[in-house]
Amino acid sequence: MTPLLSVRDLVVRYGQATALDGVSLELGAGEMVALVGPNGAGKTTLLNTISGLLRPAGGECAVAGRVAQVPEGRQLFADMSVEDNLRLGAWTVRDRSPARVYELFPPLAAMRRRQAGTLSGGEQQMVAVGRALMARPDLLAVDELSLGLAPRVVDDLAEHLGRLNRDTGMAVLLVEQNARLALDLCPRAYVLESGRIAASGPSAELGQSAAIRAAYLGGAMDELQ
Amino acid sequence: MSLLLQYLASGIATGCTFALVATGFVAIYRVTRVVNFAQGAFAVVGGMSAFALLSHGLPHVLAEALAVLLAAVVGLLVGLGAIGRRGTPVLASLIITLGIGIGSYAVLILAFGDQPVSFDGVGGALAVAGVTMPRQFLLVAAVTAAAFAALALFFNRTYLGRALTACSSNPHAARLVGIDTTRMGLVSFALGGALGGLAGVLLTPLQPVAFNSDVGLAINGFAAAVFGGILRPGTALVGALVLGVAEALVAGYSRASFQSGVALVLMLALMVWQASRRPAIAEDAA
Repeated sequence: MTPLLSVRDLVVRYGQATALDGVSLELGAGEMVALVGPNGAGKTTLLNTISGLLRPAGGECAVAGRVAQVPEGRQLFADMSVEDNLRLGAWTVRDRSPARVYELFPPLAAMRRRQAGTLSGGEQQMVAVGRALMARPDLLAVDELSLGLAPRVVDDLAEHLGRLNRDTGMAVLLVEQNARLALDLCPRAYVLESGRIAASGPSAELGQSAAIRAAYLGGAMDELQ
Repeated sequence: MSLLLQYLASGIATGCTFALVATGFVAIYRVTRVVNFAQGAFAVVGGMSAFALLSHGLPHVLAEALAVLLAAVVGLLVGLGAIGRRGTPVLASLIITLGIGIGSYAVLILAFGDQPVSFDGVGGALAVAGVTMPRQFLLVAAVTAAAFAALALFFNRTYLGRALTACSSNPHAARLVGIDTTRMGLVSFALGGALGGLAGVLLTPLQPVAFNSDVGLAINGFAAAVFGGILRPGTALVGALVLGVAEALVAGYSRASFQSGVALVLMLALMVWQASRRPAIAEDAA
């Protein structure tokens, strides 16, 4: 079976700077995979290459289906209505009715006429996820789901993502600085460091690794205390 | 009193043509962040080609419609030159439009000659409250109102119009949802061309248009567009009408040669005032 997402020896450069240096990664249909790593590791670059916004300088990046991205910082059309934001998410597909997204996120239906920029952070993230879902993606690439949001809001959104994955078989690639959240939510994970895959495997095993605990889970701090 | 009303009427008529040029600036700037220096040339193309088509025996309305269409095609071509290559810096695009605007003189002289042209619009005049009002004034106002209504519908109610607004609101997000922002930029250039062409077609019966009439039109149109930070068509309309009336009053009560100074002074004052509040030309509208 060919995987949904196949990244092989991917090299991406910004001018002289190499952001990704030989990254390989695979993701099967319906899988939920985490990508963790420190700031500047190249996580967003990888997502933008998968989304087709950046061209690889080497290697390959093949997606057997549609990708939609929930970008870091939401990136909504701030001065447009919630409904317009959702409908624009369907630019590449024929069905532009937001009814399905309103079913998934009932609060959005109530604020459909409001300007997206006036919503709270959690509501905006809901719009961003909804907008990505409008493209009926086979793979949802989420960049920093939790950034700047209250823990309860994050739990709610994470639960939604897990349910979407189980119910619709949509694959999810979750980029997170909050490694604990990502490893809890996704059965499998990759660790990206300075443009290279530093580790990969089942989240449970990665979560036990001393190096990862020290770097991303605050494990070293736990042990000190 | 009736003299004042006459100045007002003619000011509103020319103000309407400034408004159309101004919205052309706005349409293009919103999507591409390029101030299109060739905007005045679109109006000249519209006016002069309408004249040429009419003198070849084409009936009114058809000749004007074709002239507007031609201006839209010219707009598209200027767009291809200015932003067709992905990743062209905004400043480079701006200089390209400036170059095309100046280069257009040669093409316009070759195509239409170097003499100012004019043609008859709708003839006759109405007497309103003791003021003789040329019917062409009313036509200009009606067509401008219709054009603005159509633009409002287009930008607010159609999917393509929302996508153009999305490119203005957040270009990165627009690309993320799969909108080709370069192609949208070209659409906006064609729209800017059509709006400029419409201005030229309406203006030429009011005052003769020559190959180098673009400078005056562009200055007035830009001054009006700056009212709304080059982003809001409605504010540009108000700005254009104020400008048109102010110039008609200056020309009427003072000297006609002071007329164009009004636009320049007003534009400078506005830009200085706006710059003290926020950048007149915002780098991004995030």
